[in-house]
Amino acid sequence: MAQLPFKAARDGAIAALIAGLLALPLVGFRLVDQSGGEGLANRWPQLVAMIILVFVGRLALSLISGGAVRSVLFFMAAFAIGSLIIPWPSQFLEVVAVGGAALIAMRAAFLLLGSRPFGSMSGAVGLAGRYAPWAMIAFAALLPLLPFANRGVLDTGVMILTYVLLGWGLNIVTGLAGLLDLGYAAFFAIGAYTAAILGSTYGFSFWACLPLAAAFASAAGLLLGFPVLRLRGDYFAIVTLGFGEIIRIVANNWRSLTNGSQGIAGAPRPSFFGIADFTASPAPGHTAFNALFGIPYNPIHRIIFLYYLVLGAALLVNGFTLRIRRLPIGRAWEALREDEIAAQALGIDRRRVKLTAFAIGAAWGGVGGAFFAARQGFVSPESFGFMESVAVTAIVVLGGMGSQLGVVFAAVLYVGLSELFRPLEEYRMLVFGIAMIAIMRFRPRGLISTRRPTATLL
Amino acid sequence: MAYFVQQLINGLTLGSIYGLIAIGYTMVYGIIGMINFAHGEIYMIGAFVGLITILALMSAGIASVPILLILAILVAMVIAGLYGWTIERLIYRPLRGAPRLAPLISAIGLSIFLQQYVQLTQGGRVKTLPPLISGGFTLMRGDDGFTVGISNFQIVVFLLTLALMAGLTLIINRTELGRAQRAAAADPLMAALCGVDVDRTISVTFIIGAALAAVAGVMVVLYYGVIDFFIGFLAGLKAFTAAVLGGVGSLPGALLGGLVLGLVESFWSAYADAAYKDVAAYAILVLVLIFRPSGLMGRPEVEKV
Repeated sequence: MAQLPFKAARDGAIAALIAGLLALPLVGFRLVDQSGGEGLANRWPQLVAMIILVFVGRLALSLISGGAVRSVLFFMAAFAIGSLIIPWPSQFLEVVAVGGAALIAMRAAFLLLGSRPFGSMSGAVGLAGRYAPWAMIAFAALLPLLPFANRGVLDTGVMILTYVLLGWGLNIVTGLAGLLDLGYAAFFAIGAYTAAILGSTYGFSFWACLPLAAAFASAAGLLLGFPVLRLRGDYFAIVTLGFGEIIRIVANNWRSLTNGSQGIAGAPRPSFFGIADFTASPAPGHTAFNALFGIPYNPIHRIIFLYYLVLGAALLVNGFTLRIRRLPIGRAWEALREDEIAAQALGIDRRRVKLTAFAIGAAWGGVGGAFFAARQGFVSPESFGFMESVAVTAIVVLGGMGSQLGVVFAAVLYVGLSELFRPLEEYRMLVFGIAMIAIMRFRPRGLISTRRPTATLL
Repeated sequence: MAYFVQQLINGLTLGSIYGLIAIGYTMVYGIIGMINFAHGEIYMIGAFVGLITILALMSAGIASVPILLILAILVAMVIAGLYGWTIERLIYRPLRGAPRLAPLISAIGLSIFLQQYVQLTQGGRVKTLPPLISGGFTLMRGDDGFTVGISNFQIVVFLLTLALMAGLTLIINRTELGRAQRAAAADPLMAALCGVDVDRTISVTFIIGAALAAVAGVMVVLYYGVIDFFIGFLAGLKAFTAAVLGGVGSLPGALLGGLVLGLVESFWSAYADAAYKDVAAYAILVLVLIFRPSGLMGRPEVEKV
């Protein structure tokens, strides 16, 4: 026991040395634009502060695993408070100092209380799982009627619901059939471009575009899926990533069809089921929505209607998934996910079953794309980059593969947090990357891991 | 004809760079069977460290180009190797035995993290470096007056790639470390039972792969003279394609795959639409995976229950 402080200090020193070496070129120096080319500036305070933080953090973790939990708790709590007072060289380092110390203190506190963080969460999830969906649906349905539902809230709502729709669509591919698709944005893009091109060039209405967007995306899914579905999981992931990039590059360069990087304006806006339009002055022969119901014109009607449309589409996907899980095809997906070789031995046609999942998932992606085009009114290749695919995949995987509730949870977190932390915009993706690593490390089956085959023997 | 030869030389230069990155993919995949998606970012970090080292040395008054070059490559190799070691130790090692896709998701998260880390510390602006090594030789003159040249820097790239490949082949085939590496790649459990320190071998594999990627990064800074924080994504994918093309797990295959890919890209840009050269690379990836998943020089993988 007498050796413990010494050992912990040695651990801390080693970690600090490594961190110092890692950070020396990139944190210690900064490339600056000078008249004669690149110049260098240095940032020693930041580097030293970072090394100190790593030393303290590693020291504390070593002490915890050596058993000195109580003293670490007090020390880190004091450090967190002290860090609030000391001027750090940058705001980011202050956040890391306070947050990191608080996390370590929490870990120590949980150890003292004899429970593991999140250890008891699955029980609560099980209980909440029964009532939460209905409560959420009720809340989502009533949201536009609530007093605080202004334009910004509704826009965020549409965004969250679009991600939920995409997440649920991808959940069929990734959650049920177990295929990690890193190019889902490709189908989203195909749906959005189908709607935008048919709408702006050929004058199709939104309601005609919607099924066509789904059909085109689904056809693309079949075309891609047919050759690549026999690949192993990680190869498959990389190939779909490549496909996503190809679609983006083609959209960027096929100017006669897609107008290149400038994008297409005038994607069709949904009308009120073809009966009435959402404008103050409708075209001759058309009815205005406000006139139909005899209420004063308000531009928010269009957004509320779009909100309900996306909500309806998302619930439709959800209902579809919940039903199909119990059909033979759904069971075959889950069987393939759990054990591919055993499933094949039982006579499941691997290729056909996977292809069905891929095509259906792609179709929902296309529907999501058509809604996206309708919301933005504008489509350009920028919206369909690799990060978009990663975001949807992350929502499915981090939420808990195969869990419908997990998707909602993760979509709300993803969109909600990035809206809340707008001022810290530049750190958003950094935190996103860390979150992906941390969740895979501590909850590799996702935040809500209710992934169980629908049918079991026991 | 002259134009063709010039594209051949340019393609082989580019291919050498891809080959150096691809070795890291192939060695890591061979030993732990995971796609290290963040490997492209290590290459990017190597490029930044190389650039910063060159600028730091220049401001310290060192002007000799060979010394600048050697020191930049060495520093980049050491720092990138340390990044590789740390990443394996902190992020991938705890995930051994986790669900199959967990390391891949982690690697994607890590890739995003490293990109953002460099963007935040160094800014999103494109960084430039005027060429350090200039001059070259004229090889031949075509009928239409087009001259074929090989620059001194291209010669440096070829020689360095050859030297590194030769050194690596010697290490893998002749040293104790190489034997441990091959044993662990063939069967990690059996190797461990025979007294090979598999954890240490995996660490060394990550260090070697990262160091070679860093050399590629420094080469790119000197060759093209422009880098930004996002170069790792595309280069990583291309190098992965090269590794698959050559046969995952095969070292000469990685270099061969890199060279083929470099040539395809170079000729595609010269004779077809340059805007679609990345599409050509992805198309190769898809076609190889479908028709010859074991690559040009790999052994077919048998799926075990």
